[in-house]
Amino acid sequence: MVIKILGGGCANCKRLYANVEEAAKQLGLDVTLEKVEDYPSIMKYGVMSTPALVVDEELKVAGRVPSVDEIKAMLQG
Amino acid sequence: MFSWLDYLVRLLVEGVFNLPLSTRVGASLHFFIYDVIKIVILLAVMIFLISYIRSFFPPERTKEILARFGGVKSNIMASLLGIVTPFCSCSSVPLFIGFVEAGIPLGVTFSFLITSPIVNEAAFAILLASFGWKIALIYVLAGVVIGVLGGIIIGKLKMEHQVEEYVWQIQTGQSQVKELTPKERAVFAWNNVKEIVNRIWVFLLIGIGIGALIHGYAPEALLAKYAGADNPFAVLVAVALGIPLYSNALGTIPIAEALISKGVGLGTALAFMMAVTALSAPEMILLRKVIKPKLIASFVAVAGLGILLVGYLFNFIMPVAASAG
Repeated sequence: MVIKILGGGCANCKRLYANVEEAAKQLGLDVTLEKVEDYPSIMKYGVMSTPALVVDEELKVAGRVPSVDEIKAMLQG
Repeated sequence: MFSWLDYLVRLLVEGVFNLPLSTRVGASLHFFIYDVIKIVILLAVMIFLISYIRSFFPPERTKEILARFGGVKSNIMASLLGIVTPFCSCSSVPLFIGFVEAGIPLGVTFSFLITSPIVNEAAFAILLASFGWKIALIYVLAGVVIGVLGGIIIGKLKMEHQVEEYVWQIQTGQSQVKELTPKERAVFAWNNVKEIVNRIWVFLLIGIGIGALIHGYAPEALLAKYAGADNPFAVLVAVALGIPLYSNALGTIPIAEALISKGVGLGTALAFMMAVTALSAPEMILLRKVIKPKLIASFVAVAGLGILLVGYLFNFIMPVAASAG
C-alpha cells in the first residue's frame, strides 16, 4: 500500500503525516509513506487545499486533518 | 451581550481583590480578566460555527462555482466565497494554480485572495468580542469591497505575463472527495478551534495585557490628539506598520479596542488590523513561487490602498467611536 501526503510542508501536513503513521502502526500494516511537496505534482491530483491524503493513487482527503480512527477506517476499507 | 460577565468580574476585582474600578490597577485588572474570558468564549463558539459552515465550501467547489460567472459579478462572487472557503496561507499556492488552470481570470482570483485572509474567523470573533456586531459586520463588508475593487483593478492591469510560466503548463487532475458526514464536519470544526487557539493564544494574552495597561494608564488627551480620527497620517502609519507584521498578530485587536476607548480613530484601528491580516510577509514569499515580483507589488499596493481608503472612510463616518466593550 502506497500512501502519499500532499502539502507544501505546513504544520497541518506534518500532523497528517503523524496521524497516518500512527494509524498504520495500530493496524500493523506495511505501508510506504511518501511526502509530495512540489506543487505541479500536488496539482495532478486536482487538490486545491492542503494537506491531502492519497492512498494507492486514490484521493481520500483534502484540506483537513482526519483523526487516526478515520484514517484507520480508510486504510481498511 | 456580556454584561453578566462584566458584573461578575467587577465583583471579583472589587470584592475579592479589594481594588475599586476607579483605581488604575483595578481598571486594568478588570479589563484583563473580563477580556480574556470573553474572547476565549467567543473565539471557541465563532470558530466552531464558521468552520462548520466552511466545510461545505471546499476550494474545489468554489472553483467550479466561480467558473460559471463573468464580469464584475465574478469578482463579487470570488470575494463572498473568499469568506466561506477555508484558507490558510500555506494553501494559497495550490489554490492559485487551481484557479488559473480552471480559466478563472487573474483579477477574480485576486478578489478571492484579498478578501479571504482579511475576513477570517478569528479576526471576526475578536472583533465581535471587542466591538460588537455592528462593527464586526462592517469589517466583513469592507473586506469584501476591498477584494472586489482590488480584483477589478488587478484584472485591468493585464498582468497575466507576471504569472510564472510553469503555472500555465500544469495539468490538474479531477478530484472527487467524498461528502463529509455531520460528525466529520464537527471534528473538522473542533480541530480548527484547537488549532487556531493554539496558534494565537500567546499573542492574544500579550495583546490583552497591553490593552489592559493602556486601559488603566494611557493618557487620553495625548492619544486622541495624535491618533484621533481627524489625523490623516495616523491611518497611513497604521497600515505601514501593519503590513510587515505577521498574521498571528490578532492580539492587536484588544490593543486596538483599548486605544479606541482612549480616542484613537476607529478607521485607524480597523486599517491596522486589515493590513496585519491581509498582507503578511509569509504569504508573499509563498506566492512568489507562482507570480513574479511586479504582480506581488501590485497586489500589496492595491490591497494596501484599499485598506487605507477604508480607514479614512471609517474615520470620516464615525469620528467618535463608541466602544462596545
